Amino acid sequence: MAGELNGEIAALVNRNEQIILPEWMELQKKAGTLHTGRISEGELQSESKNFLHLLRDALAKGGSDFAGAAYEPAKAMLSELSRSRAQQGFSPTETATFIFSLKQPLFNAVNRDKTFSAERIAAVIWGLTLLLDEIGLYTLEIFQKSREEVIVRQQREISELSTPVVKLWDGILALPLIGTLDSQRTQVVMENLLQTIVDVEAEIAIIDITGVPTVDTLTAQHLLKTVAAARLMGADCLISGIRPQIAQTMVHLGVELNVISKASLADAFAVALRQTGRAVMKVNRADKQTGLAGKAGGQGA
Amino acid sequence: MDRIPILKFGNALLVTIQVDMHDRLATALEEDLTGKIVSHNARGVLIDISALEIVDSFIGRMLDNIAAVSRILDADTVVVGMRPAVAITLVELGLSLTGVKTALNVERGMALIQDRLVESEAADADDED
Amino acid sequence: MPTTKTERVDISQSDDVVRVRQLTRTYALEVGLSLVDQTKIVTASSELARNTLDYGGGGQVMLELLEQGGRRGVRLTFEDKGPGIADIEQALKDGFTSGKGMGLGLGGAKRLCNEFSIDSKPGEGTKVSIARWK
Repeated sequence: MAGELNGEIAALVNRNEQIILPEWMELQKKAGTLHTGRISEGELQSESKNFLHLLRDALAKGGSDFAGAAYEPAKAMLSELSRSRAQQGFSPTETATFIFSLKQPLFNAVNRDKTFSAERIAAVIWGLTLLLDEIGLYTLEIFQKSREEVIVRQQREISELSTPVVKLWDGILALPLIGTLDSQRTQVVMENLLQTIVDVEAEIAIIDITGVPTVDTLTAQHLLKTVAAARLMGADCLISGIRPQIAQTMVHLGVELNVISKASLADAFAVALRQTGRAVMKVNRADKQTGLAGKAGGQGA
Repeated sequence: MDRIPILKFGNALLVTIQVDMHDRLATALEEDLTGKIVSHNARGVLIDISALEIVDSFIGRMLDNIAAVSRILDADTVVVGMRPAVAITLVELGLSLTGVKTALNVERGMALIQDRLVESEAADADDED
Repeated sequence: MPTTKTERVDISQSDDVVRVRQLTRTYALEVGLSLVDQTKIVTASSELARNTLDYGGGGQVMLELLEQGGRRGVRLTFEDKGPGIADIEQALKDGFTSGKGMGLGLGGAKRLCNEFSIDSKPGEGTKVSIARWK
């Protein structure tokens, strides 16, 4: 099969290691890997040597099957490398260069070898190209994932800081949500709200979504799950800040909110007071001042 | 075999679940409660699960059963003290425990039972007019 | 996937279900899962252990502590030589919500975990694998 690599190639890599490594290091240096000073030449040297050995071993045991078990050690090493590059602030290109700059030195070694026919050389080079492309992409994927993990972690921290639970009255809490509600953030917010409900023994929690620009099906589901969880714990929820557009969107999406929802936080607060058996009375200011007692209407009525 | 203690608490029964129950213990609790609701003429059952770190479908079904049985025997069941992590997990699991009333703590749970008793007695009084 | 710690537990009586829960909790703690995530996987383990016992006629579970690319996780693989499941899709849909069905709670367990896979044929037993990552 054209492009099929095997133990032959592993042996070739082994034989030519003393030439491949320096060539590879040169190319990496030329590409600027050491310019940033984030990694020393010694470190790069030992990483390169380590990977070359792992690649050689994998080629010997598993040929060009990158998905196979023979490549696990190499993958593990690349995973580590990619993650640490991501954390150190390398760009994706700088990280992928580690793999892609290995192509030239390997091709040179194949070309120099007198035991291969021209046909075989072409097939091997093609096989190596495919393999290294696969490896390079893998490295990039891990890099990407690491970056995403950092973002997710930071988002979590921001969530915790930016969604305080507010006590409106005895037993009545408000949770003003601001910004987009993604899965991760909603989870943090939900846990925070539920814990606060327990801590202050709240009867009602008002979730205000005035500051949430869009409510899609997923967001609505998260809200409903929060409400369901609060109810299971023995508290009730109200939702406020439902803008007309959001109400329309939800109807179009077929989302059913089986929870009392109000347009404004003030309205929701009024409902919450009622539900917890309280009433708000206007106190006649005139009654408080001597001499003006009994004046009907009073001031500012 | 250990059995979970059931205490008399006014006109209600109070059960505090503090151990990671194995299935036999849960079934025994159901039986004991049913018996005691009748023998004490209880009008309410308070199940305190504030010590439970896990509520799975088996326990969920047990709570549903207890609620259903007590209803037949004219008693209200209130489950109190569910932990946030448990509530979140139950919602994800799809267990809505619709037949069960809940409250944050024993005090609120008891108040809930008494309120409903007053309501139902008022309704009965109306019927008689 | 690199496994750094593993053990097997027999599931042949209802006390074993409790044991599986407790052991899963230990693994979850070691991985450093958040309280909610711990609760989720321990609850899922309880559901599946119960299935193995009640529906599978007994079996075993293998717990694994995983480490890959810097991330840590817990994986549980439940295996039994019971009757197997004829219609897996249906089983994933059925559950306590419908009140009927086999009440296997597979769908629920799936929702509680990051990874879920099931292998089952009538007469050949069932193998269910779940994992939760930090």
